Amino acid sequence: MFDQSLAKTIFGRLTWESFPYHEPILVGTFAVVVLLGLAIVAAVTKFKLWGWLWREWLTSVDHKKIGVMYIILAIVMLLRGFSDALMMRAQQAIAFGPNEGYLPAHHFDQVFTAHGTIMIFFVAIPLISGIINLVMPLQIGARDVAFPFLNSLSLWLTVAGALLVMASLFIGEFSTAGWLNYVPVANLQNSPGTGPDYYLWSLQIAGLGTTLSAINMVTTIIKMRAPGMTMMKMPVFCWTALCSQTLAIAIFPTLTAAFAMLMLDRYLGFNFFTNDLGGNPMMYWNLVWVWGHPEVYVLVLPVFGIYSEITSTFTGKRLFGYSSMVYATVVITILSYLVWLHHFFTMGSGASVNSFFGIATMVISIPTGAKIFNWLFTMYRGSIRFELPMMWVVAFMLTFVVGGMTGVLLAVPPADFVLHNSLFLVAHFHNVIIGGVVFGLFAGIEYWWPKAFGFKLDRKWGLVHFWGWVIGYWVAWTPIYIVGLMGTTRRVRHLDDPTLQPWFVIAAIGAVIIAIGIAAFIIQIAVSIRNRDKLRDTTGDPWDGRTLEWSTSSPPPPYNFAFTPVVHDLDAWYDMKQRNAGRPKDGYLPIHMPRNTGMGVILSGLALVLGFAMVWYIWWLAALSFAALIAASIAHTFNRNRDYYVPVDEVERTERGRQPLLTAGA
Amino acid sequence: MLQRFPFRRLRPALLVPLLGLLAACDRAVFNPAGDVARQQRDIIYISTGLMLLIIVPVMVLIVVFAWRYRKGKGGTYDPHFDHSTALELVIWSAPLLIIIILGALTWSSTHLLDPFRPIDVHATEHEAHAPIEQPLRVQVVSLDWKWLFIYPDQGIATVNELALPVNRQVRFDLTSTNMMNTFYAPTLAGMIYVMPGMQSTLHAVLNRPGNYEGLSANYSGAGFSDMRFQLKGVDQAGFDAWVAQAKASGRALDLAAYEQLVKPSEKVPAMQFAAVDSDLYRRILERCVEPGTPCMTDLMEHDRMRGGGNPHDVRPGAGMPQRGNSMPMHGSKPEGAMLRSPDEKGEMVNTNRFKAPADHHKAPAQPPEDRKISAATPASVVAAA
Repeated sequence: MFDQSLAKTIFGRLTWESFPYHEPILVGTFAVVVLLGLAIVAAVTKFKLWGWLWREWLTSVDHKKIGVMYIILAIVMLLRGFSDALMMRAQQAIAFGPNEGYLPAHHFDQVFTAHGTIMIFFVAIPLISGIINLVMPLQIGARDVAFPFLNSLSLWLTVAGALLVMASLFIGEFSTAGWLNYVPVANLQNSPGTGPDYYLWSLQIAGLGTTLSAINMVTTIIKMRAPGMTMMKMPVFCWTALCSQTLAIAIFPTLTAAFAMLMLDRYLGFNFFTNDLGGNPMMYWNLVWVWGHPEVYVLVLPVFGIYSEITSTFTGKRLFGYSSMVYATVVITILSYLVWLHHFFTMGSGASVNSFFGIATMVISIPTGAKIFNWLFTMYRGSIRFELPMMWVVAFMLTFVVGGMTGVLLAVPPADFVLHNSLFLVAHFHNVIIGGVVFGLFAGIEYWWPKAFGFKLDRKWGLVHFWGWVIGYWVAWTPIYIVGLMGTTRRVRHLDDPTLQPWFVIAAIGAVIIAIGIAAFIIQIAVSIRNRDKLRDTTGDPWDGRTLEWSTSSPPPPYNFAFTPVVHDLDAWYDMKQRNAGRPKDGYLPIHMPRNTGMGVILSGLALVLGFAMVWYIWWLAALSFAALIAASIAHTFNRNRDYYVPVDEVERTERGRQPLLTAGA
Repeated sequence: MLQRFPFRRLRPALLVPLLGLLAACDRAVFNPAGDVARQQRDIIYISTGLMLLIIVPVMVLIVVFAWRYRKGKGGTYDPHFDHSTALELVIWSAPLLIIIILGALTWSSTHLLDPFRPIDVHATEHEAHAPIEQPLRVQVVSLDWKWLFIYPDQGIATVNELALPVNRQVRFDLTSTNMMNTFYAPTLAGMIYVMPGMQSTLHAVLNRPGNYEGLSANYSGAGFSDMRFQLKGVDQAGFDAWVAQAKASGRALDLAAYEQLVKPSEKVPAMQFAAVDSDLYRRILERCVEPGTPCMTDLMEHDRMRGGGNPHDVRPGAGMPQRGNSMPMHGSKPEGAMLRSPDEKGEMVNTNRFKAPADHHKAPAQPPEDRKISAATPASVVAAA
């Protein structure tokens, strides 16, 4: 008895039974993960890269490297989230009538919860943060972001959250309560296991990172623009990043508060969202959707910016209607706060409330429509080069308008009464998220890859990647729209009606086509790295770009610009090229730069331990890691050795090294 | 280089949704047996049509512009065409017009088809068949994971089986015991959430006899996928016969039967109960089925009195639980994980099927009488019904 008590004091509720060694799927996955991990560790050790990894990457506060690490995290998590999608498609393609499929309810419910959580929080958000990090400071002519250490901390907190979600795969279980961890399913009484706790702690940790990152980006855009770059001369991508990150600052605290209240419910017996004692689960739904709907715009606005930059570059024209594009973005930002209730028209709020939120939702389609028209008229009288990024733009426009239309349809409450929670709804938001956000992020990666690494991505595999996604998307989601119109609802593990089966089989085939696209993307990166000398961009401006990031070399030096550029017009780099503005070749000054620090990694590691200990009720470890977290944060404030000057001769050396490249290309 | 963008390959893909739509036409949502669902379907048609007015030209223009202005293939290149006030006016006002029309449609249809609003019988096309009469009342309770239907006027109850007389308006009052579900019979009317401690209402009418299906459309835990019920549309004579059949079944839904029923279970076959306590639904809604539990209205009354009784003159601390001799709190007090002893913590529950605490449903021997506590009707009363 004493031994058992002691074990529980030491390990909390963690026992041998917590490891799902009896689940063949998970054991297999675990084996693959361990082998891959060992291979990476072995490779890093063999090539003696540990020191390089720590000095150049893990402790880096360089916005470009942080951006790249965000993108790597997102791609790794995309593979996890997409395997969940394949598992769901397989289950739904076979589980009809007497066939129960291969996933029991408890497993299937975790799969769809993990899929949504990972795809939004650990794929879409890191990709957005990554691209903003990589591109925005370059576009405004800055040398880094406003708070470089905070940037590193934000990244590593997001990584810690992702690691906690991944840990739930092999230790314990993940939430079964849907991607927003809905109560009452996630209440302690209904889910006493570790699932909702994993969810809450990982998202609290990652959410902190996202909030801090948003504060950082907004400050950077407001305070660090190059001289001459007034707000209305800022590239559209920076505008959309500004609006998106402002939204994020406003909404993430709501999510944090909602999760904190649910944590109090689960850990201290509070009754915010319980069924009894005055608790009300509906409040949780409202709070998470007050976050949830603007979040859609946090994701899609920067992507609209990416499309704008690409369209303008590849049509060889200034963006049509720049000001109306900016106003449309701002209007969307404001309106996005006023629509959350459309996620539950069927909760019975009454006709007037429903009409208000329905019409507010439709109104958003006006500025969004204006954006589509602006891209359309940018193409008009252009000279369109169909490089890969531009192909993604056209695929996006054709796909996204359909998603926009079904979205407005869902905003009509009486129509929503029939379509809410149906697969039509699921198809709609995949239509806008894949067709809008994902296509745009791939377009952005294709477009800015040469800037980040100094060589273009391979075109042949890029085409396979493109067509895999575009064809796969339509094959996978058209049947889901159709079965949704037939009245099939979401999150269903097993259906009775066998006439629906062909549609689900087609959808599964579509998912496989998308899988080919994803594989091609990985191969494309590998092939491009191998052929990097052939694909090398020596000019720094491989696409004949228009904004400031193309005015420096690829990849840019750590300080981005030896001299801060002075901006006179929109599309500053295009303007400079028109006026044959040359780069100064002497008179360099020392450059003030932030110093690397490992504190981001250390604090996030402690946060990860804290989260894990809380999930498993290991109170002593939680207390210890929390104390260490506070101590380390305080200790960091005494670190005065945070910046340094790049000496003039080093600047000169670097500039001489890249000058021939740039002039050779020009 | 591949400068040409093969749009033609996209066109067949665009046809698939249309074919699918045709296939969907004879399904419940598009060929409903209920007037409300029919009106909702019409709104889908009208809104889609309205939006296609702008979507189709846009899609055509995207393809045309992308093709016409591809590099070096003839289209005029004018790098300075980046502003046109006239065009800006069009691109903002055309969607605005559509949205104004759609907004007006939304405002009126949302009010007309509000689930709380009784159906205006004269407005339906089945006016001739629908004499004005009181709506049939059905009380719906979602249990984990099955549907309980109580017919208060007929005094019967069923599980996973809902029979409705055709052309008669039905008023559903809905609540839940634990999870949030969505009551959805696609052929009858739109969805409505079913929530614990709260009541939602839905008015609907079934106009065509037949056997249909209903389901929960909101994920509610492990047994959710099979949380389906049969919907039978019958004429008045058929309905009377069905009620008589239920009455002849001999089982009564008394407290013991209810406590058995409320335990989580999956794929429950249809059941009929000959009698049901007329107050059962209210007590489920007010979360006081268990003898000894105060109902929510009693608690609110209690809190109001402690606050001085006047809602506009609230005393500090009103509504807060009193130390010592306050009323028993409503429901069982959940205990947070941190407050548990180490011995209790080990329960690694590897399934979300809920373990009912061993003595959770045990009623106290003697319900205290000095408090406004509703006890379940004794079985003898049920038997007399």
